Amino acid sequence: MDNVVSTKQEIKMKSVDLQVFYQDFQALHGIDMDIKANHVTALIGPSGCGKSTFLRTLNRLNELIEGTTIKGQVYLDDQAIYSKEMDVVGLRKRVGMVFQKPSVFPMSVYENVAYGPRIHGIKNRGQLDEIVEKSLRAANLWEEMGGRLHTPAARMSGGQQQRLVIARVLAVDPEVILMDEPASALDPISTSKLEELIAELKRAYTIVIVTHNMQQAARVSDYTGFFLNGQLIEFNRTKELFVNPANQQTEDYITGRFG
Amino acid sequence: MAGASGKDKLLTGIFWLAGIFIVLILAGIIGYVLFRGASSLSLDFILQPPSRAGRLGGISTTIVGTVYLTLLALLAAVPVGVGSAIYLEEYAHSRSRFAKLVNLTAETLAGIPSIVFGLFGFVFFVIFLGMGWSVLSGGLTMAIMILPTITRTAQEAILAVAGEYRENSLALGASRWQTVRRVILPSALPGIVTGIILSIGRAVGETAAIILTAGSSLGMPVSPMDPARTMSVHLYIMAMEGISTERAFGTACLIVVLIVIINYLANLSLSRLTKAMR
Ligand SMILES: Nc1ncnc2c1ncn2[C@@H]1O[C@H](COP(=O)(O)OP(=O)(O)OP(=O)(O)O)[C@@H](O)[C@H]1O
Ligand SMILES: [Mg+2]
Repeated sequence: MDNVVSTKQEIKMKSVDLQVFYQDFQALHGIDMDIKANHVTALIGPSGCGKSTFLRTLNRLNELIEGTTIKGQVYLDDQAIYSKEMDVVGLRKRVGMVFQKPSVFPMSVYENVAYGPRIHGIKNRGQLDEIVEKSLRAANLWEEMGGRLHTPAARMSGGQQQRLVIARVLAVDPEVILMDEPASALDPISTSKLEELIAELKRAYTIVIVTHNMQQAARVSDYTGFFLNGQLIEFNRTKELFVNPANQQTEDYITGRFG
Repeated sequence: MAGASGKDKLLTGIFWLAGIFIVLILAGIIGYVLFRGASSLSLDFILQPPSRAGRLGGISTTIVGTVYLTLLALLAAVPVGVGSAIYLEEYAHSRSRFAKLVNLTAETLAGIPSIVFGLFGFVFFVIFLGMGWSVLSGGLTMAIMILPTITRTAQEAILAVAGEYRENSLALGASRWQTVRRVILPSALPGIVTGIILSIGRAVGETAAIILTAGSSLGMPVSPMDPARTMSVHLYIMAMEGISTERAFGTACLIVVLIVIINYLANLSLSRLTKAMR
């Protein structure tokens, strides 16, 4: 089956026959996927099917886990990311990641957002101030936290922390943002704020989001990939996939008749 | 439900008694030491050097000896201990043979009685390297002795904070070292300092191994190659040779005070350091 949707839109990232092994266990079996620039791609599927694993191959975070083997290739703008020439630090700067559980650093709000830019060599205070404000605004957090930049980030609410983590990613000015179940710890209001945010962000960024929530995938994404047991079962425009799934397993899953 | 809450009350009472018991023992010991030692405590006791083997004068040289030797031990052990903890937790593959070997070594070292380190220090530093009975020999021996404590506590502190922070930092494009220095070490600092305080307690309290490596000279140690007597060694000799029980208690008082001051300073600097973070 051809999982690659061919359109004339620009392809930002592309995985080719991607396989991931944890020791002897194969978590991904030859995934081919095109990720369109300035669109939201949702990854859905039952727990343990390999969504996070796939996401983490896109910024080479998987190789931090001992005993992981990766075969196949991932391209970022036609550049192979699994190659000796690829600078991993540079890759992670271009492909940012928001984790499932918001994990703010034990520093102030300001320092959290300024962390990335500082790491990448920006020292000028005025420039940092500007980046912090811009990132917090983009993450819809400026109104709440703009006046409290120097309070410890750990004192913010869970939803605020999640948006702070997003602001922290935006501050390094990535091209792609990976999000692993970013709404799983959020209440409905924070969740809908986050979804609005994603809709705004896709103008400037390419977004890949893992979610367990079908409605959320349907609401926020343009493309959806359905994973099962380490295989990409179906990949299509979100509207198509939800309205008219080509595969029986996809249909069973999205209609809740699964397992 | 009434039965359960009755049981709860009983248990609370028992735990309360256990807590009171600990406080009483501690207060009793410290109170007794202070009571017995108070008579010999004076400014002169702190500032004057001992004379006639400690029968007269003060204990200034042993205070200097204690601080000098402990500082040297920390100077040697903290960088190595914290460094190897960082290496083991952040750089080594946990299944690598070398990491296993280092871990095993640290565990084994932690269980070896101090007198064995003393004997080793005597043979290696004092005789083989020709450093004689000196602050340096004693300090390095103490360094080896406290190294496992510092390494293990630092490792645990790093392990406790590192997981999420590490991934988040690396995902922002930070290098391993930037991650360690900017996020992991600052958050692990309280745990690391706890290990250092425990080690200071051990160094200040050690006697036999220090007699073997630093000697028991009552002179003022100036150069690291000078021999020295620490307060605990002084206390031991005064009591053991029946020189003066009262002055032994006076020394004990000052040891307790010294430990309290060190703990206080460590906690103070810690809260200063962490205030900005939490
Ligand atoms: N570090 C690891 N070591 C060994 N196996 C792992 C590791 N991480 C994940 N796996 C296995 O790989 C498979 C895919 O895991 P992954 O985390 O990608 O699933 P997921 O689709 O994200 O699930 P969830 O929805 O629960 O987050 C699972 O079977 C999991 O047990
Ligand atoms: Mg997952």
